Amino acid sequence: MIEIKNVEKSFGGNKILKGISTIFETGKTNLIIGQSGSGKTVLLKSLLGIHTPESGQICFDGRVYSELQADEKRELRTEIGMVFQGSALFDSMTVAENVAFPLRMFTKNNKAQIKERVDFVLERVDLQDAHSKLPSQISGGMQKRVAIARAIVNKPKYLFCDEPNSGLDPNTSILIDNLIMKITEEYDITTVINTHDMNSVMEIGDNILFLKDGLKAWQGTKEEIFRTDNEAVVDFVYSSNLFRKVREAYLKE
Amino acid sequence: MLIRYITQIGRYFLMLKEIFNKQTKWSVMRNLIFKEINDLIIDSLGIVAFISFFVGGVVAIQTALNLTNPLIPKYLIGFATRQSVILEFAPTFISVIMAGKMGSFITSSIGTMRVTEQIDALEVMGVNALNYLVFPKIIALLLYPFLIGIAMFLGILGGWMAGVYGGFISSAEFINGTQKDFIPFHIAYAFIKTLIFAMLLATIPSFHGYYMKGGALEVGKASTVAFVWTSVSIILFNYILTQLLLGS
Repeated sequence: MIEIKNVEKSFGGNKILKGISTIFETGKTNLIIGQSGSGKTVLLKSLLGIHTPESGQICFDGRVYSELQADEKRELRTEIGMVFQGSALFDSMTVAENVAFPLRMFTKNNKAQIKERVDFVLERVDLQDAHSKLPSQISGGMQKRVAIARAIVNKPKYLFCDEPNSGLDPNTSILIDNLIMKITEEYDITTVINTHDMNSVMEIGDNILFLKDGLKAWQGTKEEIFRTDNEAVVDFVYSSNLFRKVREAYLKE
Repeated sequence: MLIRYITQIGRYFLMLKEIFNKQTKWSVMRNLIFKEINDLIIDSLGIVAFISFFVGGVVAIQTALNLTNPLIPKYLIGFATRQSVILEFAPTFISVIMAGKMGSFITSSIGTMRVTEQIDALEVMGVNALNYLVFPKIIALLLYPFLIGIAMFLGILGGWMAGVYGGFISSAEFINGTQKDFIPFHIAYAFIKTLIFAMLLATIPSFHGYYMKGGALEVGKASTVAFVWTSVSIILFNYILTQLLLGS
Protein backbone atom coordinates (compact mmCIF):
# COMPACT_ATOMS: atom_id res chain seq x y z
CA MET A 1 0.00 0.00 0.00
CA ILE A 2 1.21 3.49 -0.82
CA GLU A 3 -0.13 6.34 1.28
CA ILE A 4 0.28 9.93 0.13
CA LYS A 5 -0.26 12.58 2.76
CA ASN A 6 -0.69 16.23 1.78
CA VAL A 7 2.11 16.25 -0.84
CA GLU A 8 3.10 19.63 -2.28
CA LYS A 9 5.61 20.35 -5.03
CA SER A 10 6.58 23.56 -6.87
CA PHE A 11 8.85 24.42 -9.75
CA GLY A 12 10.20 27.97 -9.98
CA GLY A 13 7.50 29.34 -7.69
CA ASN A 14 4.76 27.59 -9.64
CA LYS A 15 2.90 25.17 -7.37
CA ILE A 16 2.20 21.96 -9.32
CA LEU A 17 0.95 19.70 -6.52
CA LYS A 18 -1.20 21.55 -3.98
CA GLY A 19 -1.54 19.13 -1.11
CA ILE A 20 -2.57 15.76 -2.48
CA SER A 21 -3.60 12.95 -0.15
CA THR A 22 -4.67 9.48 -1.23
CA ILE A 23 -4.12 5.77 -0.74
CA PHE A 24 -3.08 3.31 -3.46
CA GLU A 25 -4.04 -0.15 -2.29
CA THR A 26 -2.19 -3.41 -2.79
CA GLY A 27 -3.52 -5.85 -5.40
CA LYS A 28 -5.37 -3.09 -7.24
CA THR A 29 -4.68 -1.11 -10.38
CA ASN A 30 -4.62 2.50 -9.28
CA LEU A 31 -4.97 5.04 -12.08
CA ILE A 32 -3.94 8.69 -12.06
CA ILE A 33 -5.83 10.69 -14.69
CA GLY A 34 -6.18 14.35 -15.51
CA GLN A 35 -5.50 16.93 -18.18
CA SER A 36 -1.99 17.82 -19.29
CA GLY A 37 -0.41 20.05 -16.66
CA SER A 38 -2.65 18.74 -13.88
CA GLY A 39 0.35 17.30 -12.01
CA LYS A 40 0.08 13.58 -12.90
CA THR A 41 3.68 13.16 -14.01
CA VAL A 42 5.02 15.23 -11.11
CA LEU A 43 3.04 13.06 -8.69
CA LEU A 44 4.34 9.86 -10.31
CA LYS A 45 7.93 11.15 -10.29
CA SER A 46 7.50 12.14 -6.63
CA LEU A 47 6.37 8.59 -5.88
CA LEU A 48 9.46 7.29 -7.69
CA GLY A 49 11.77 9.58 -5.73
CA ILE A 50 12.84 11.48 -8.85
CA HIS A 51 11.22 14.64 -7.43
CA THR A 52 11.38 15.53 -3.75
CA PRO A 53 8.12 17.02 -2.40
CA GLU A 54 8.44 20.24 -0.39
CA SER A 55 5.97 19.04 2.17
CA GLY A 56 3.87 16.02 2.93
CA GLN A 57 4.76 12.34 3.16
CA ILE A 58 4.84 9.33 0.89
CA CYS A 59 4.64 6.04 2.79
CA PHE A 60 5.42 2.67 1.22
CA ASP A 61 3.78 0.08 3.52
CA GLY A 62 4.47 2.29 6.51
CA ARG A 63 7.96 3.38 5.42
CA VAL A 64 8.07 7.16 5.08
CA TYR A 65 10.30 7.76 2.03
CA SER A 66 11.66 11.12 3.16
CA GLU A 67 12.72 9.65 6.53
CA LEU A 68 14.65 6.71 5.06
CA GLN A 69 18.47 6.58 5.02
CA ALA A 70 20.22 6.50 1.61
CA ASP A 71 20.75 2.70 1.85
CA GLU A 72 17.12 2.13 2.83
CA LYS A 73 15.99 4.26 -0.12
CA ARG A 74 18.11 2.17 -2.51
CA GLU A 75 16.71 -1.00 -0.94
CA LEU A 76 13.18 0.34 -1.43
CA ARG A 77 13.93 1.18 -5.06
CA THR A 78 14.81 -2.43 -5.74
CA GLU A 79 11.19 -3.21 -4.74
CA ILE A 80 9.92 -0.89 -7.47
CA GLY A 81 9.24 -1.84 -11.08
CA MET A 82 8.71 0.94 -13.58
CA VAL A 83 7.32 0.92 -17.12
CA PHE A 84 8.30 4.15 -18.84
CA GLN A 85 6.24 5.91 -21.51
CA GLY A 86 8.89 5.21 -24.17
CA SER A 87 9.75 1.81 -22.63
CA ALA A 88 13.30 3.04 -21.80
CA LEU A 89 14.89 -0.26 -22.79
CA PHE A 90 18.69 -0.27 -22.94
CA ASP A 91 19.54 0.02 -26.67
CA SER A 92 22.80 -1.87 -26.47
CA MET A 93 21.26 -4.92 -24.75
CA THR A 94 19.13 -7.70 -26.17
CA VAL A 95 15.61 -8.32 -24.90
CA ALA A 96 16.86 -11.08 -22.56
CA GLU A 97 19.71 -8.89 -21.26
CA ASN A 98 17.28 -6.02 -20.62
CA VAL A 99 15.00 -8.29 -18.62
CA ALA A 100 17.91 -9.88 -16.77
CA PHE A 101 19.39 -6.49 -15.84
CA PRO A 102 17.68 -6.02 -12.42
CA LEU A 103 18.56 -9.61 -11.47
CA ARG A 104 22.21 -9.16 -12.44
CA MET A 105 22.38 -5.89 -10.53
CA PHE A 106 20.53 -6.72 -7.33
CA THR A 107 20.49 -10.47 -6.75
CA LYS A 108 23.10 -13.14 -6.13
CA ASN A 109 21.40 -15.51 -8.56
CA ASN A 110 23.70 -17.55 -10.78
CA LYS A 111 23.44 -17.56 -14.58
CA ALA A 112 21.13 -20.57 -14.69
CA GLN A 113 18.74 -19.06 -12.13
CA ILE A 114 18.71 -15.75 -14.00
CA LYS A 115 18.02 -17.51 -17.31
CA GLU A 116 15.21 -19.51 -15.76
CA ARG A 117 13.54 -16.40 -14.34
CA VAL A 118 14.02 -14.42 -17.58
CA ASP A 119 12.51 -17.26 -19.61
CA PHE A 120 9.57 -17.38 -17.20
CA VAL A 121 8.72 -13.67 -17.37
CA LEU A 122 9.25 -13.45 -21.12
CA GLU A 123 6.84 -16.35 -21.52
CA ARG A 124 4.47 -14.55 -19.15
CA VAL A 125 4.40 -11.53 -21.51
CA ASP A 126 4.25 -13.84 -24.54
CA LEU A 127 7.70 -12.96 -25.87
CA GLN A 128 9.46 -16.31 -25.60
CA ASP A 129 10.87 -15.97 -29.14
CA ALA A 130 12.38 -12.51 -28.73
CA HIS A 131 15.30 -13.30 -26.39
CA SER A 132 18.15 -12.36 -28.69
CA LYS A 133 16.52 -9.42 -30.47
CA LEU A 134 17.58 -5.84 -29.86
CA PRO A 135 14.92 -3.28 -28.81
CA SER A 136 15.26 -1.60 -32.22
CA GLN A 137 14.28 -4.88 -33.91
CA ILE A 138 10.89 -5.25 -32.20
CA SER A 139 7.61 -3.31 -32.40
CA GLY A 140 6.42 -0.66 -29.93
CA GLY A 141 3.93 -3.07 -28.38
CA MET A 142 6.62 -5.71 -27.92
CA GLN A 143 8.92 -3.10 -26.40
CA LYS A 144 6.19 -2.27 -23.86
CA ARG A 145 5.88 -5.96 -23.01
CA VAL A 146 9.64 -6.25 -22.57
CA ALA A 147 9.48 -3.18 -20.30
CA ILE A 148 6.76 -4.89 -18.25
CA ALA A 149 8.83 -8.08 -18.10
CA ARG A 150 11.84 -6.09 -16.89
CA ALA A 151 9.68 -4.29 -14.31
CA ILE A 152 8.32 -7.51 -12.78
CA VAL A 153 11.36 -9.80 -13.12
CA ASN A 154 12.68 -8.99 -9.64
CA LYS A 155 9.24 -9.56 -8.07
CA PRO A 156 8.54 -5.92 -7.16
CA LYS A 157 6.08 -4.84 -4.48
CA TYR A 158 5.19 -1.70 -6.41
CA LEU A 159 4.67 -1.31 -10.15
CA PHE A 160 4.52 2.13 -11.76
CA CYS A 161 3.50 2.70 -15.37
CA ASP A 162 3.72 6.01 -17.19
CA GLU A 163 1.29 6.11 -20.11
CA PRO A 164 1.69 2.39 -20.91
CA ASN A 165 -0.70 2.64 -23.89
CA SER A 166 0.73 5.68 -25.60
CA GLY A 167 1.52 5.12 -29.26
CA LEU A 168 -0.08 1.67 -29.33
CA ASP A 169 -2.92 0.41 -31.52
CA PRO A 170 -6.22 -0.40 -29.72
CA ASN A 171 -5.68 -4.18 -29.70
CA THR A 172 -2.15 -3.97 -28.29
CA SER A 173 -3.37 -1.35 -25.86
CA ILE A 174 -6.02 -3.71 -24.47
CA LEU A 175 -3.44 -6.52 -24.33
CA ILE A 176 -1.07 -4.36 -22.27
CA ASP A 177 -3.91 -3.27 -19.93
CA ASN A 178 -4.99 -6.84 -19.33
CA LEU A 179 -1.41 -7.94 -18.77
CA ILE A 180 -0.85 -5.25 -16.14
CA MET A 181 -4.16 -6.08 -14.44
CA LYS A 182 -3.40 -9.83 -14.33
CA ILE A 183 0.13 -9.27 -13.02
CA THR A 184 -1.21 -6.94 -10.31
CA GLU A 185 -3.70 -9.57 -9.13
CA GLU A 186 -1.37 -12.56 -9.50
CA TYR A 187 1.60 -11.04 -7.68
CA ASP A 188 -0.52 -8.95 -5.29
CA ILE A 189 1.43 -5.77 -5.98
CA THR A 190 0.52 -2.10 -5.73
CA THR A 191 0.21 -0.81 -9.27
CA VAL A 192 0.00 2.88 -10.10
CA ILE A 193 -0.67 3.89 -13.71
CA ASN A 194 -0.48 7.38 -15.11
CA THR A 195 -2.75 7.42 -18.15
CA HIS A 196 -4.68 9.47 -20.68
CA ASP A 197 -6.35 6.41 -22.15
CA MET A 198 -10.05 6.34 -21.31
CA ASN A 199 -10.34 2.70 -22.40
CA SER A 200 -7.91 1.83 -19.61
CA VAL A 201 -9.97 3.88 -17.17
CA MET A 202 -13.11 1.88 -18.03
CA GLU A 203 -11.34 -1.49 -18.19
CA ILE A 204 -8.85 -1.71 -15.36
CA GLY A 205 -9.49 1.25 -13.03
CA ASP A 206 -9.93 -0.35 -9.61
CA ASN A 207 -9.12 2.99 -8.04
CA ILE A 208 -9.05 6.17 -10.12
CA LEU A 209 -7.53 9.43 -8.91
CA PHE A 210 -8.53 12.46 -10.96
CA LEU A 211 -6.24 15.48 -10.67
CA LYS A 212 -7.14 19.00 -11.66
CA ASP A 213 -4.79 21.98 -11.28
CA GLY A 214 -2.62 20.09 -8.82
CA LEU A 215 -5.50 19.06 -6.57
CA LYS A 216 -7.38 15.82 -6.05
CA ALA A 217 -10.66 16.61 -7.79
CA TRP A 218 -12.24 13.16 -7.55
CA GLN A 219 -11.47 9.57 -6.57
CA GLY A 220 -13.46 6.40 -7.19
CA THR A 221 -13.74 3.11 -9.06
CA LYS A 222 -14.47 2.44 -12.75
CA GLU A 223 -18.10 1.73 -11.82
CA GLU A 224 -18.39 4.96 -9.87
CA ILE A 225 -16.94 7.03 -12.70
CA PHE A 226 -20.03 6.20 -14.80
CA ARG A 227 -22.38 7.53 -12.14
CA THR A 228 -20.44 10.54 -10.92
CA ASP A 229 -21.91 13.98 -11.43
CA ASN A 230 -18.59 15.71 -10.78
CA GLU A 231 -18.48 18.18 -13.65
CA ALA A 232 -14.70 18.21 -14.03
CA VAL A 233 -14.57 14.41 -14.29
CA VAL A 234 -17.53 14.23 -16.67
CA ASP A 235 -16.02 16.95 -18.91
CA PHE A 236 -12.67 15.19 -19.00
CA VAL A 237 -13.63 11.52 -19.22
CA TYR A 238 -16.69 11.92 -21.44
CA SER A 239 -15.31 14.52 -23.79
CA SER A 240 -15.81 12.22 -26.80
CA ASN A 241 -19.29 11.51 -28.20
CA LEU A 242 -18.70 7.79 -28.04
CA PHE A 243 -17.91 7.75 -24.33
CA ARG A 244 -20.81 10.12 -23.62
CA LYS A 245 -23.20 7.71 -25.34
CA VAL A 246 -21.71 4.71 -23.53
CA ARG A 247 -22.25 6.51 -20.25
CA GLU A 248 -25.84 7.45 -21.12
CA ALA A 249 -26.57 3.83 -22.06
CA TYR A 250 -24.98 2.62 -18.80
CA LEU A 251 -27.04 5.06 -16.72
CA LYS A 252 -30.27 4.05 -18.50
CA GLU A 253 -29.63 0.41 -17.56
CA MET B 1 27.30 34.43 -17.27
CA LEU B 2 30.23 34.02 -14.85
CA ILE B 3 27.92 32.63 -12.17
CA ARG B 4 26.59 30.11 -14.69
CA TYR B 5 30.13 28.93 -15.47
CA ILE B 6 31.01 28.67 -11.78
CA THR B 7 27.79 26.74 -11.14
CA GLN B 8 28.61 24.33 -13.96
CA ILE B 9 32.15 23.80 -12.66
CA GLY B 10 30.77 23.12 -9.17
CA ARG B 11 28.26 20.69 -10.62
CA TYR B 12 31.06 18.94 -12.53
CA PHE B 13 33.03 18.37 -9.31
CA LEU B 14 29.92 17.11 -7.52
CA MET B 15 29.46 14.69 -10.42
CA LEU B 16 33.05 13.46 -9.97
CA LYS B 17 32.30 12.74 -6.30
CA GLU B 18 29.09 10.89 -7.17
CA ILE B 19 30.87 8.71 -9.76
CA PHE B 20 32.85 7.05 -6.99
CA ASN B 21 29.87 6.60 -4.64
CA LYS B 22 27.99 3.28 -4.42
CA GLN B 23 29.88 1.04 -6.80
CA THR B 24 28.12 -1.16 -9.31
CA LYS B 25 28.52 -4.93 -8.79
CA TRP B 26 31.94 -6.05 -10.03
CA SER B 27 30.51 -8.82 -12.24
CA VAL B 28 28.51 -6.17 -14.13
CA MET B 29 31.22 -3.50 -14.04
CA ARG B 30 33.85 -5.86 -15.48
CA ASN B 31 31.84 -6.32 -18.69
CA LEU B 32 31.18 -2.59 -18.93
CA ILE B 33 34.91 -1.84 -18.65
CA PHE B 34 35.75 -4.30 -21.45
CA LYS B 35 33.05 -2.77 -23.63
CA GLU B 36 34.41 0.74 -23.03
CA ILE B 37 37.99 -0.39 -23.76
CA ASN B 38 36.72 -1.67 -27.09
CA ASP B 39 34.62 1.43 -27.89
CA LEU B 40 37.08 4.06 -26.72
CA ILE B 41 40.58 2.59 -27.11
CA ILE B 42 40.51 -0.21 -29.69
CA ASP B 43 38.13 1.63 -32.01
CA SER B 44 40.42 4.69 -31.93
CA LEU B 45 43.56 2.79 -32.94
CA GLY B 46 42.99 3.19 -36.68
CA ILE B 47 42.46 6.94 -36.75
CA VAL B 48 45.28 7.56 -34.25
CA ALA B 49 47.70 5.44 -36.30
CA PHE B 50 46.72 7.16 -39.55
CA ILE B 51 47.00 10.71 -38.20
CA SER B 52 50.21 10.06 -36.26
CA PHE B 53 52.02 8.49 -39.19
CA PHE B 54 51.21 11.28 -41.64
CA VAL B 55 51.60 14.21 -39.24
CA GLY B 56 54.99 12.79 -38.19
CA GLY B 57 55.90 12.73 -41.87
CA VAL B 58 54.78 16.32 -42.37
CA VAL B 59 56.77 17.50 -39.33
CA ALA B 60 59.92 15.91 -40.79
CA ILE B 61 59.35 17.43 -44.26
CA GLN B 62 58.56 20.90 -42.85
CA THR B 63 61.67 20.81 -40.67
CA ALA B 64 63.80 19.66 -43.62
CA LEU B 65 62.45 22.39 -45.89
CA ASN B 66 63.16 25.07 -43.29
CA LEU B 67 66.74 23.97 -42.64
CA THR B 68 68.30 26.04 -45.39
CA ASN B 69 71.47 26.98 -43.48
CA PRO B 70 74.21 24.43 -44.36
CA LEU B 71 75.76 24.95 -40.90
CA ILE B 72 72.76 23.37 -39.23
CA PRO B 73 73.22 19.60 -39.08
CA LYS B 74 70.70 17.41 -40.88
CA TYR B 75 70.17 15.15 -37.87
CA LEU B 76 68.12 18.05 -36.49
CA ILE B 77 65.24 16.75 -38.64
CA GLY B 78 65.14 13.56 -36.55
CA PHE B 79 65.64 15.53 -33.34
CA ALA B 80 62.84 17.99 -34.15
CA THR B 81 60.47 15.20 -35.18
CA ARG B 82 61.11 13.29 -31.94
CA GLN B 83 60.69 16.37 -29.76
CA SER B 84 57.53 17.58 -31.53
CA VAL B 85 55.90 14.16 -31.56
CA ILE B 86 56.73 13.12 -27.99
CA LEU B 87 56.25 16.46 -26.26
CA GLU B 88 53.23 17.90 -28.02
CA PHE B 89 51.84 16.11 -31.04
CA ALA B 90 51.11 12.69 -29.53
CA PRO B 91 49.80 13.70 -26.11
CA THR B 92 48.12 17.04 -26.90
CA PHE B 93 47.18 17.08 -30.60
CA ILE B 94 45.87 13.51 -30.51
CA SER B 95 43.92 14.30 -27.32
CA VAL B 96 42.22 17.26 -29.01
CA ILE B 97 41.28 14.96 -31.91
CA MET B 98 40.04 12.38 -29.40
CA ALA B 99 37.95 15.10 -27.74
CA GLY B 100 36.07 15.12 -31.03
CA LYS B 101 35.98 11.40 -31.65
CA MET B 102 35.61 9.89 -28.17
CA GLY B 103 33.98 12.99 -26.70
CA SER B 104 31.14 13.19 -29.18
CA PHE B 105 30.61 9.42 -28.85
CA ILE B 106 30.42 9.67 -25.05
CA THR B 107 28.16 12.75 -24.99
CA SER B 108 25.79 11.48 -27.65
CA SER B 109 25.48 7.98 -26.18
CA ILE B 110 24.83 9.25 -22.63
CA GLY B 111 22.66 12.11 -23.95
CA THR B 112 20.53 9.70 -25.94
CA MET B 113 20.10 7.58 -22.82
CA ARG B 114 18.91 10.70 -21.00
CA VAL B 115 16.45 11.63 -23.78
CA THR B 116 15.01 8.11 -24.00
CA GLU B 117 14.60 7.86 -20.19
CA GLN B 118 17.17 5.06 -19.90
CA ILE B 119 19.03 7.04 -17.21
CA ASP B 120 15.75 7.57 -15.33
CA ALA B 121 15.20 3.80 -15.58
CA LEU B 122 18.62 3.16 -13.99
CA GLU B 123 17.93 5.66 -11.20
CA VAL B 124 14.47 4.31 -10.46
CA MET B 125 15.95 0.82 -10.16
CA GLY B 126 18.34 2.14 -7.52
CA VAL B 127 21.46 2.05 -9.72
CA ASN B 128 24.03 4.84 -9.28
CA ALA B 129 23.74 5.88 -12.95
CA LEU B 130 26.89 8.03 -12.85
CA ASN B 131 28.96 5.17 -11.52
CA TYR B 132 27.40 2.75 -13.99
CA LEU B 133 27.96 5.01 -17.01
CA VAL B 134 31.08 7.06 -16.29
CA PHE B 135 33.28 4.93 -14.01
CA PRO B 136 33.95 2.26 -16.70
CA LYS B 137 34.99 5.02 -19.11
CA ILE B 138 37.49 6.38 -16.59
CA ILE B 139 38.97 2.90 -16.03
CA ALA B 140 39.04 2.16 -19.78
CA LEU B 141 40.87 5.43 -20.43
CA LEU B 142 43.64 4.39 -18.04
CA LEU B 143 44.80 2.57 -21.19
CA TYR B 144 44.89 5.87 -23.07
CA PRO B 145 48.71 6.20 -22.60
CA PHE B 146 48.96 2.94 -24.59
CA LEU B 147 47.23 4.70 -27.49
CA ILE B 148 49.52 7.72 -27.14
CA GLY B 149 52.57 5.44 -27.00
CA ILE B 150 51.53 4.03 -30.37
CA ALA B 151 51.02 7.57 -31.67
CA MET B 152 54.57 8.48 -30.58
CA PHE B 153 56.08 5.44 -32.27
CA LEU B 154 54.14 5.88 -35.51
CA GLY B 155 54.73 9.64 -35.60
CA ILE B 156 58.48 9.15 -35.46
CA LEU B 157 58.26 6.26 -37.95
CA GLY B 158 56.27 8.50 -40.32
CA GLY B 159 58.93 11.20 -39.93
CA TRP B 160 61.69 8.69 -40.67
CA MET B 161 59.92 7.37 -43.79
CA ALA B 162 59.11 10.85 -45.11
CA GLY B 163 62.63 12.07 -44.40
CA VAL B 164 64.48 9.08 -45.81
CA TYR B 165 62.23 8.17 -48.76
CA GLY B 166 61.64 11.84 -49.58
CA GLY B 167 65.39 12.23 -49.97
CA PHE B 168 65.78 14.84 -47.21
CA ILE B 169 68.03 12.88 -44.84
CA SER B 170 69.76 9.55 -44.55
CA SER B 171 68.38 6.86 -42.26
CA ALA B 172 71.49 6.93 -40.04
CA GLU B 173 71.31 10.72 -39.63
CA PHE B 174 67.62 10.61 -38.74
CA ILE B 175 68.13 7.86 -36.17
CA ASN B 176 71.12 9.77 -34.78
CA GLY B 177 68.84 12.82 -34.44
CA THR B 178 66.13 10.89 -32.62
CA GLN B 179 68.74 9.75 -30.06
CA LYS B 180 70.42 13.14 -29.63
CA ASP B 181 70.11 14.82 -26.19
CA PHE B 182 67.33 12.47 -25.18
CA ILE B 183 65.83 13.36 -21.81
CA PRO B 184 63.91 10.38 -20.38
CA PHE B 185 61.78 12.70 -18.22
CA HIS B 186 60.15 14.02 -21.41
CA ILE B 187 58.48 10.62 -21.80
CA ALA B 188 57.27 10.77 -18.19
CA TYR B 189 56.05 14.33 -18.78
CA ALA B 190 54.13 13.22 -21.88
CA PHE B 191 52.48 10.30 -20.08
CA ILE B 192 51.59 12.38 -17.00
CA LYS B 193 49.85 14.82 -19.36
CA THR B 194 48.18 11.93 -21.14
CA LEU B 195 46.67 10.56 -17.92
CA ILE B 196 45.27 13.97 -16.97
CA PHE B 197 43.85 14.39 -20.49
CA ALA B 198 42.34 10.89 -20.25
CA MET B 199 40.45 11.95 -17.11
CA LEU B 200 39.20 15.08 -18.91
CA LEU B 201 38.22 13.03 -21.98
CA ALA B 202 36.18 10.61 -19.88
CA THR B 203 34.44 13.07 -17.60
CA ILE B 204 33.74 16.34 -19.46
CA PRO B 205 31.76 14.74 -22.34
CA SER B 206 29.98 12.52 -19.79
CA PHE B 207 29.00 15.61 -17.81
CA HIS B 208 27.49 17.29 -20.87
CA GLY B 209 25.63 14.13 -21.88
CA TYR B 210 24.36 13.30 -18.41
CA TYR B 211 22.98 16.72 -17.54
CA MET B 212 21.57 17.61 -20.96
CA LYS B 213 17.91 18.48 -21.33
CA GLY B 214 15.68 18.30 -24.38
CA GLY B 215 15.56 16.06 -27.43
CA ALA B 216 17.65 14.86 -30.36
CA LEU B 217 18.67 18.37 -31.40
CA GLU B 218 19.99 19.09 -27.90
CA VAL B 219 22.04 15.87 -28.00
CA GLY B 220 23.85 17.28 -31.06
CA LYS B 221 24.32 20.64 -29.35
CA ALA B 222 25.60 18.97 -26.17
CA SER B 223 28.17 17.02 -28.24
CA THR B 224 29.46 20.25 -29.78
CA VAL B 225 29.63 22.04 -26.42
CA ALA B 226 31.38 19.00 -24.91
CA PHE B 227 33.99 19.04 -27.68
CA VAL B 228 34.67 22.75 -27.16
CA TRP B 229 35.02 22.45 -23.38
CA THR B 230 37.11 19.29 -23.52
CA SER B 231 39.48 20.90 -26.05
CA VAL B 232 39.72 24.13 -24.03
CA SER B 233 40.42 22.14 -20.85
CA ILE B 234 43.09 20.04 -22.58
CA ILE B 235 44.85 23.14 -23.93
CA LEU B 236 44.62 24.88 -20.55
CA PHE B 237 45.89 21.87 -18.59
CA ASN B 238 48.64 21.41 -21.19
CA TYR B 239 49.90 24.90 -20.41
CA ILE B 240 49.66 24.43 -16.63
CA LEU B 241 51.34 21.00 -16.67
CA THR B 242 54.11 22.17 -19.00
CA GLN B 243 54.82 25.09 -16.70
CA LEU B 244 54.78 22.85 -13.63
CA LEU B 245 56.78 19.93 -15.02
CA LEU B 246 59.20 21.57 -17.44
CA GLY B 247 59.09 25.25 -16.55
CA SER B 248 61.11 25.20 -13.31
